[in-house]
Amino acid sequence: MKYTGAEILIKLLERQGIRQMAGIPGGANLPMYDALSRSDKIRHILARHEQGAGFIAQGQARVTGKPAVFFATSGPGVTNAVTAVADAKLDSIPIICVSGQVPQEMIGTDAFQEIDTYGLGVPITKHNFFARSARELLEIVPNAFRIAQSGRPGPVWIDIPKDVQNELIHIEGDWPEIGLPEPPPAIDLNSIQEAATMINEARRPVVYIGGGAIHSEASDEIFELIEKIESPTVMTLMGLGTIRSDHPLSLGMLGMHAARFTNHALEECDTLIALGARFDDRATGKVAQFCPDAKIVHIDIDASELNKIKNAHVGIIADLKQALQELLPNIERGSNPDWLERIQILKREYPLDMPFADDPMSPYGSIIQTARMLEGETIITTDVGQHQMRVAQAFPFEKPRQWLTSGGLGTMGFGLPSAIGAALEKPGATVICFSGDGSLLMNIQELVTAVEENANVKIILSNNNSLGLVHQQQELFYRKRIYACKYERQVDFSIIARGFGMQACDLGDCIDPMTTLAKVLAKPGPALINIPQGVEHHVFPMVPPGAANREMLCGELKGSDYAEATT
Amino acid sequence: MNTNTVLEITVNNHPGVIMHVTSLFARRVFNVDGILCMPTLDVSRSRIWLRVKEDERLEQMARQLEKLEDVLMVRRHEASHEVFERIEEFFAA
Ligand SMILES: Cc1ncc(C[n+]2csc(CCOP(=O)(O)OP(=O)(O)O)c2C)c(N)n1
Repeated sequence: MKYTGAEILIKLLERQGIRQMAGIPGGANLPMYDALSRSDKIRHILARHEQGAGFIAQGQARVTGKPAVFFATSGPGVTNAVTAVADAKLDSIPIICVSGQVPQEMIGTDAFQEIDTYGLGVPITKHNFFARSARELLEIVPNAFRIAQSGRPGPVWIDIPKDVQNELIHIEGDWPEIGLPEPPPAIDLNSIQEAATMINEARRPVVYIGGGAIHSEASDEIFELIEKIESPTVMTLMGLGTIRSDHPLSLGMLGMHAARFTNHALEECDTLIALGARFDDRATGKVAQFCPDAKIVHIDIDASELNKIKNAHVGIIADLKQALQELLPNIERGSNPDWLERIQILKREYPLDMPFADDPMSPYGSIIQTARMLEGETIITTDVGQHQMRVAQAFPFEKPRQWLTSGGLGTMGFGLPSAIGAALEKPGATVICFSGDGSLLMNIQELVTAVEENANVKIILSNNNSLGLVHQQQELFYRKRIYACKYERQVDFSIIARGFGMQACDLGDCIDPMTTLAKVLAKPGPALINIPQGVEHHVFPMVPPGAANREMLCGELKGSDYAEATT
Repeated sequence: MNTNTVLEITVNNHPGVIMHVTSLFARRVFNVDGILCMPTLDVSRSRIWLRVKEDERLEQMARQLEKLEDVLMVRRHEASHEVFERIEEFFAA
């Protein structure tokens, strides 16, 4: 049979199991779109910006763990897509961007909408391809899927010139095998033994969980480990959800915005068991003073993460789930009552203060009350800023892949499109997007995509009419020289949402905010809930950037501050 | 005193590979002061020789290189290597 390059691409995507994908067409990818229009397997979601399309793909990939695909045209389509792909690189998310490119004979001539996509892709992808012929696609596409999900996952970019999309070739015989994850590296059993000995000898252990635990689906094994040795457990921003937040051994998130008891516990631990974590500066604070007395066991699938920031006493390069399956039989059931007692003392002495938890209008209360009202399967996305850190602190996470946030790149604009992607994959779930007004404006155009898709996305907008986290940093670290972070004009987000066809309500305008919130959350379909909040509310504790984690700032928020803030 | 290290990197022979390799150095503002690349006997592969200054980050960077899809092998030669000494005459002028 004869196929064009574009038809081959679509056929290969179908064979990989792709059923829904976002994108935006343009001159250089029209042949792909033409082929896609004839697919009865793949449904296309028309985004309103390529960054939105990329984050929709991320939402899909983060909730399923499987690669998701999106399309962009050449030139500006590509540059718009870059942020979403770079974000996926830093959080190890398997997405595949397929972009159109000008025809090969025009490459290098500064042709209309030509850009060096390959060059842009190098530092922000796990791997990137330029297809030189239709036949090459038969290798490239399965390889892209293999690479995206093997080892440490990551984004892959495929750039396809228009002439390659149109090239007609004969394909006789079988289609290539689909791309699957490679088997993980063999585990060094000696180091498993060493790790087991170190863990069995620990008197003050802490288990430190990163995003790798989610990617490797190692939650059950980790649960078994921490219960077996009764170890207090901390999670990075990316690791949240691995262990239920309300588990008695969970100390929640560590690092810059951790509860004080969490960072103090780490400081006192004698053995740190790092599982799929990479000692990011937001988690460790000043590295030299992070867990100063601890021996370190570090398990990660990425060899280049071992000894990158902190030297491990035992380093194991392995798929975390498999490594733990080997490790667990060698671990002795045990407990260190003195250590657990000490943790209880730290918890009492240095509690996490979440003021006004009962008030759905307050920064913490809006999160806690929303959580209380949710029923059934729930997925949480956030944008970036104070609201993000508060959700990380306060939301009662129950399971892996329930929590989607931009960790490594910290990209404002992540929340809404990734929520749409999550809703596409989990139509029965309620997807909550906690956002800030600064962040929401960065991909506000995707409101209409949510409406078109009737995605069950509820946006809880913490609206302080400011770039809140910037305001906080200026106040704390720049002698209160507040600059370029307060908006002069107030946006009426309810009207904006309705303009896009989305139902909206303003908790600032209603008599009974609690009832209104519950009503809107219970009604299926997309909605925006605006909550006016004062910019005076800082998110505490906070470790100043560059300081050791023990140096946490904690402002005491008084009732009078709060009254001022909301009026 | 700064001493040289030579990295020998076996890669797939196709466009873009050199960029993947060198960009790992460039983003760390790490100067590569010698670079050679030729196909091996098996022309589907190339060998890249890099001469860089000894640096504590090199271990980590070798691991990053090994992660690249098109990099098949990385070997580190501690001292100066004759591959660069032999071609020095072409740079003597
Ligand atoms: C794309 C992008 N630009 C700039 C920043 C820097 N930044 C981090 S948080 C923040 C403020 C976020 O404001 P908002 O979304 O309203 O959330 P809030 O902090 O008020 O909760 C800014 C500007 C960023 N993270 N991402």
